[in-house]
Amino acid sequence: MINRSVKTNRTITKVLVIIGLLIGAFYAGFPVFWMIDSSFKGNSEIFAYPPKLITDTFSFKAYSAVLTDPEKVRFFINSYVVATSVTLLTLLVGILAGYSFSRYEYPLKNILNTIIVSVQAVPPISLLIPYFSLIVALGIYNTYMALILTYMVFTLPYAILMMTGYFNTLPKELDEAVKVDGGSSFVALWRVLVPIAIPGIVSIGIYTFMLAWNEFLFALTLTRTNDMRTVPIGIQLLMGQHSYEWNQMMAMSVLGCLPVLILFLFFQRYFIAGMSAGSVKG
Amino acid sequence: MEKSISIGSENRTLQVLKKSVTPYSYLSPTLILMAILSLLPIVVVIRYSLLDNVIMTKNPVFVGISNYVAILTDPVFHQAIFNTLYFTVMSVIFHLIIGLAFAMLLNAKILSSFTKSIFRAIYVLPWVFTATIIAILWRLLLDPNGVINYFLTTAHIISFGNPIAWLGSINLALHAVTFINIWAGYPFYMVSLLAGLQGIPNELYEAATIDGASSIQSFRYITIPQLRPIILSLAILDFIWTMQQFALIWMTTGGGPIHVTEMLSTYTYKLAFSSYKFSAASTSAVVILILSAFVVVFYVRNQKASA
Repeated sequence: MINRSVKTNRTITKVLVIIGLLIGAFYAGFPVFWMIDSSFKGNSEIFAYPPKLITDTFSFKAYSAVLTDPEKVRFFINSYVVATSVTLLTLLVGILAGYSFSRYEYPLKNILNTIIVSVQAVPPISLLIPYFSLIVALGIYNTYMALILTYMVFTLPYAILMMTGYFNTLPKELDEAVKVDGGSSFVALWRVLVPIAIPGIVSIGIYTFMLAWNEFLFALTLTRTNDMRTVPIGIQLLMGQHSYEWNQMMAMSVLGCLPVLILFLFFQRYFIAGMSAGSVKG
Repeated sequence: MEKSISIGSENRTLQVLKKSVTPYSYLSPTLILMAILSLLPIVVVIRYSLLDNVIMTKNPVFVGISNYVAILTDPVFHQAIFNTLYFTVMSVIFHLIIGLAFAMLLNAKILSSFTKSIFRAIYVLPWVFTATIIAILWRLLLDPNGVINYFLTTAHIISFGNPIAWLGSINLALHAVTFINIWAGYPFYMVSLLAGLQGIPNELYEAATIDGASSIQSFRYITIPQLRPIILSLAILDFIWTMQQFALIWMTTGGGPIHVTEMLSTYTYKLAFSSYKFSAASTSAVVILILSAFVVVFYVRNQKASA
């Protein structure tokens, strides 16, 4: 009797969990499904009533329209150039800074560390106006350089924080061994520590790439001509022109999230570890 | 003899000097970048806020705090503060609720690890989209002729022929953008809380079951206290990020209709790049900076307390 009630209880729990999972999947997944579905429709069918799922006119037209338009392809090239440069530079500078914070003791260390960490919380909008005048004054308005430099201000603090953490987990004897063999601290860093820290570097790199790929406010303000626009701004431009080409916007959105999605699928473990490390540790 | 000693000590001073410079040289690229692109701009924006007509005129005049008086008495600014607070607080609360609910579903013991990984991949989806894409996707879904209105009409929640313009309605737009932001942001909580849940020792639950605790009691007295530190830092980080949200608002409503979704970020942006009032915009930017500083101080204290 008791056994049976435990069993029914367990079945009820199972059913409830499955219902919860399905509701959750609909909430999370339906908008994404609809985006992909719409990208294969003709523009006139986007708002068909009643809405159609997979239409008779299923086609890749929207994709080919995006991919054969040199202006739109340029948005993607710009995004790749900027996000890749930001990632590489952030990693380079972040590794050096993390090494300094992890391996040395010096008077200003704590103050500098605190300043760098708090930059993370400075609202981008607060810096936007001085950036605008500074970037114009430096003569790099409407260039890749303008975006790369300003993005690094927001990607570096996280990279430094995480890099310092990773280096702290590696024993100091490793660099001592290199120095005993007559190598400099520079050699110890690049030949010994960096190769061991690759998993950490990968997750910082992915996070940095994602921030740079997704940035909107500075890209909107610090570039002007269409040949310098990145994907997020490019999608916005599609909304302004002529009528709304919803199917093309959705195709561009799908293409626009592909790099992040692919990074995510391949490096899910690193990705989640990196994103949650800060909060879990806290 | 004497000579060699002096050379030796000179070498040593040189070495000591070199040693004390090394950490700074590793840090120098960061320091240069941060000095030029974060400290200097903060000084500049504060200076701008005390001048009149910066950027537009060559010789702006010092006007003291009159920009601050103008901004702080602007009713639209008040509304932007209220909207930002509503948007941020509601987002944080619902991110937490949905994130925790999904994390607990995914942590349920009765599921196979294959089922878990499939649902986890679906639940994490909103995370891979940038705010721009999320914005236009939801504009499509929430369009008066869109699929959400179709669902609601079919379910007889709204009457046929009276579709709702969610993002264009004065009464609904703020709730609609908040709803979109909730959808966009919960995966960060879910992933972190799932890691936290997996870190809670099973013995705690077993002991509670033996003592006759119900599952609600276990949740209340074990799960929540164990997750407390994670929840607190997630919530503060999210608060800081959500306060800064610009792209999502800009691409869905642009702050309209008539300022009902105006946030501090869109308010400041419009002052600068739509009305070219760079001094007023700088003033608003400084006020935002001060407001964020309060939150950050709170965050740092919390981090130190739990460390």
